[in-house]
Amino acid sequence: MLAKRIIPCLDVKNGRVVKGVNFSGLKDVSDPVELADAYSRDGADELVFYDITASSDGRKIFADVLRRTAERVFIPLTVGGGINGLDDFGVVLDSGADKVSVNSGAIADRSLISRAAKKYGDQCVVLSVDVKRVNGEFTVFSHGGRINTGMNAVQWIKFGADNGAGEIVVNSMDTDGVKNGFDTELLKAVTAVVNVPVVASGGAGCIAHFIELFKSVNADAALGASVFHYGEVSFAELKRAMRENGIQARS
Amino acid sequence: MIGIVDYGCGNLFSLKSSFARLGAATVVSGDARELGKCDRIVLPGVGAFADAVQKLIACGLDKAVVRMSKHIPLLGICLGMQLLFEKSFEYGEHAGLGLLEGSVVTLKDRVDKGYKIPQMGWNALAIVRKNRLLARVKDGDHMYFVHSYHAVDCRDSVTAVVDYGGDVTAAVERGNVFGTQFHPEKSGDSGLAVLKAFTEL
Repeated sequence: MLAKRIIPCLDVKNGRVVKGVNFSGLKDVSDPVELADAYSRDGADELVFYDITASSDGRKIFADVLRRTAERVFIPLTVGGGINGLDDFGVVLDSGADKVSVNSGAIADRSLISRAAKKYGDQCVVLSVDVKRVNGEFTVFSHGGRINTGMNAVQWIKFGADNGAGEIVVNSMDTDGVKNGFDTELLKAVTAVVNVPVVASGGAGCIAHFIELFKSVNADAALGASVFHYGEVSFAELKRAMRENGIQARS
Repeated sequence: MIGIVDYGCGNLFSLKSSFARLGAATVVSGDARELGKCDRIVLPGVGAFADAVQKLIACGLDKAVVRMSKHIPLLGICLGMQLLFEKSFEYGEHAGLGLLEGSVVTLKDRVDKGYKIPQMGWNALAIVRKNRLLARVKDGDHMYFVHSYHAVDCRDSVTAVVDYGGDVTAAVERGNVFGTQFHPEKSGDSGLAVLKAFTEL
């Protein structure tokens, strides 16, 4: 049986890790290479780096961070942030990423997922979606959660999976930063329509939230940021609790 | 010197870095003569089977890899392992290198049982017989898999399986020819232990 994956997410700006709470109030946490290495040794199953740098100089720093991480850390590495075209896929894959996460770029150009899947393989195309309830409907937001696209999230995710996304990251803006648990209602709606791995994101505050997620939803992985960055949950304790609850975890 | 076959299929950065961590020298090359100077060969691979075979042939490396495997250890990783077999049924029927008996088929039959395709993530090895490549890993160690096809009818060579709605071939070995369906370069310390054993063959 596959183990349920626990994935820390590192937001990187100008070569440093930051984490926004509800997408604002950034706080510098640590050096991404050091943090990635520490998380890998502690038992993280995979890593996600989001590049939230805007400047081209910052982009070069990020590519360097990626290469230095891939030289030292031998677990899967997903990269997202500012992926708008096939060339962006090539740059991060060449720098040591295994998977590339697209969000706004796939909304702006709906052919991007299928073109990237054809060129680099389904397995490295990850569709990341920021979702918020608007009048009771799961709605896709773009540009870091700032723009309401008006698109239905479940339909958009199905479109992505049908067109070659090999994995879906579902980030609930309603639960993100609140630390009150994952958005199991949203995640159930998503796992019901796609047959590719689904990564739950947004809302992890304690070990019980991960247990509740995997007990109630057929999600494959859980993503967390500050819950790990601030040491609220350690990977070893989380894995032990998962095993005690009959959930497959990598030792 | 370990030769990593560069034929335009896959990300070789982590593989090269993994061997560097182990203190093993590598050369990444698509040149048969340069690879011919190596004492071990790694055949990586990501993507589609037919495309990979065509690229190998286009680089003049298919025959070279087969020839080298008669004398020195050859390790196929992921699609590189699948290429070692006689044929694959990924989008049609395509001949592989034929170094191992068996063929490569889709995992789609597992979907009916509720399993997702690709198999993506960490699965626990069940070692089915004593072998050299997995000498440094334990039964139950987790390795990282990303694949939608798997090798079947390979009883002669299979050394480990994982459970994904039934057995899935995880590692193979016969003579000088070794293969892993999982990515040792992405499987943490357990994966490094596999690569370490390969450097010690």
